[in-house]
Amino acid sequence: MALELEMTSPFDVAKDAVKAIQDYSILASQSLANFFRRPLYWGDLMQQADLIGVGSLPIVVLSGLSIGALLALNSASTLQRFGGITLIGQLVSQSMVTELGPLITGLMVSGRNASGMASELGSMIVTEQIDAMRALGTDPSKKLVTPRVGATVFMLFFLTIISDLLGLVGGFAVANLLFGLDSRQYWSNAWQTLVFRDVFMGLVKPVMFGFIIASIGCYYGMSTRGGTQGVGRSTTQAVVTSSVLILVVDFFVTKAIFAVLGYR
Amino acid sequence: MSSPTLPIENPATQQGDSSADPIVFDNVSIAFEDNVVLDGVSFHLPKGDTKALFGVAGSGKSTILKLALGLLRPDSGRIFLLGSEVTSMSEQELFKLRARAGIVFQESALFDSLRVRENVAYRMMEEHLSEEEVDRRVREVLSFVELERTIDMVPSELSGGMRRRVAIARAIITKPEVLLYDSPTGGLDPVTSNTIVELIVKQRDVYKTSALMVTHRLQDGFTMATHEFDKNTNKMVKMPKGKQSEVPMSFLLLRDGKIIFDGDLRELAASRDPYIREYIS
Repeated sequence: MALELEMTSPFDVAKDAVKAIQDYSILASQSLANFFRRPLYWGDLMQQADLIGVGSLPIVVLSGLSIGALLALNSASTLQRFGGITLIGQLVSQSMVTELGPLITGLMVSGRNASGMASELGSMIVTEQIDAMRALGTDPSKKLVTPRVGATVFMLFFLTIISDLLGLVGGFAVANLLFGLDSRQYWSNAWQTLVFRDVFMGLVKPVMFGFIIASIGCYYGMSTRGGTQGVGRSTTQAVVTSSVLILVVDFFVTKAIFAVLGYR
Repeated sequence: MSSPTLPIENPATQQGDSSADPIVFDNVSIAFEDNVVLDGVSFHLPKGDTKALFGVAGSGKSTILKLALGLLRPDSGRIFLLGSEVTSMSEQELFKLRARAGIVFQESALFDSLRVRENVAYRMMEEHLSEEEVDRRVREVLSFVELERTIDMVPSELSGGMRRRVAIARAIITKPEVLLYDSPTGGLDPVTSNTIVELIVKQRDVYKTSALMVTHRLQDGFTMATHEFDKNTNKMVKMPKGKQSEVPMSFLLLRDGKIIFDGDLRELAASRDPYIREYIS
């Protein structure tokens, strides 16, 4: 039997990519514009905040503690060699607040919630529930997308703060229990090293990551085609795309803030 | 092989004033990528009538229902729903118009996370009506479909037939002016199918609601064309042969994206077109 390979023209691939970006841009901008249009579904927003925020708390707590502890453990040996073990609080604090806290929390919440949103909305598409919602006079963008975007942005902001704090606690546990560092030395170092730029960077990132997670999860969910297989494909694509976008955006946000507020 | 064609007149000229018809399709075409699904489809649904839409799988029957509600946009042609041209309306304008129509989807499309009460009352709850009013209407409409006992259940606890009846209840709760049914008896056993057909006939004869019904089952269409709902016995009864022409019921047959038949039961039975004869045999 002859093997037939179907070739897709580069023009079609480019056309599909441009259309996907256009569709995503429309969905993302509508999700924001809906905050200024009635009705606002507060009940759905609270429900999503509970699912995304409270539901993600255990993984954020565990990952925050672990990352802080690992950071302290890995850097302690190098710092000890140069007699700078007292700087461990400074290192953990800066790394957690500016970079690792937002990034790890974003990636954790992306893995849990971008996939959840894509699979839930995708299932609603293939079972015609989204069409039913439109037929019943409800805008799915207002009812389903905007509450998820709002709740993810809001909750990721606070989850990141919790993660930062627990990272510092994890770092302190290692520094104190394994390397005998005094608690006052650790915490004063950790606190004093932070400047406005660090805190600003650490709080801007979760807002952007939250928007990426929810908008990408909803976009892939709402554009699901092809039954249950399509739902699986959307779920995978949502996690991969949101994770990669978080890493890329993280780099550019860091660069932009350094450019505006100055390097260390 | 090209489709055999029967003379189908332009809906705009077939009747004196088709603008009053709940649904009018005027030369509507739609294709998905290279696949032409509907090619110059024109028909109208007169007020108070029920039109059964037949055709083989993939012939564009469900697409017609979605086009009628503006859930899909045609590539060309005009569609009127309750006097408004849906093809020129924005999605926001369509939300208001759709409130005057009801639709029963093929797989019911009930919201998984909501109970039967919330599913049925969805539209009323969106309009923020009082709890008492919502409760009264939900019970009334669930009693119409004989499913009052399911009010606190979730869709996963219902059988296929029950889900279809809840979907009908959700579609009729706001007393729509036009109803669209997408294969309401598809995949159901004959007894349950008969219950659903009886409900559709009841809605047609008691509330005089115009309806467009997609179905694979010719038998459902024939039952609806030969029966009426008896309010006294609360049952569907067969009409005498001489009175069957009074039933507000017509048939529309699709083939290769075109309408090849649009008429009543008598005309359908008298058709000499080989494809139609084979289809109805």
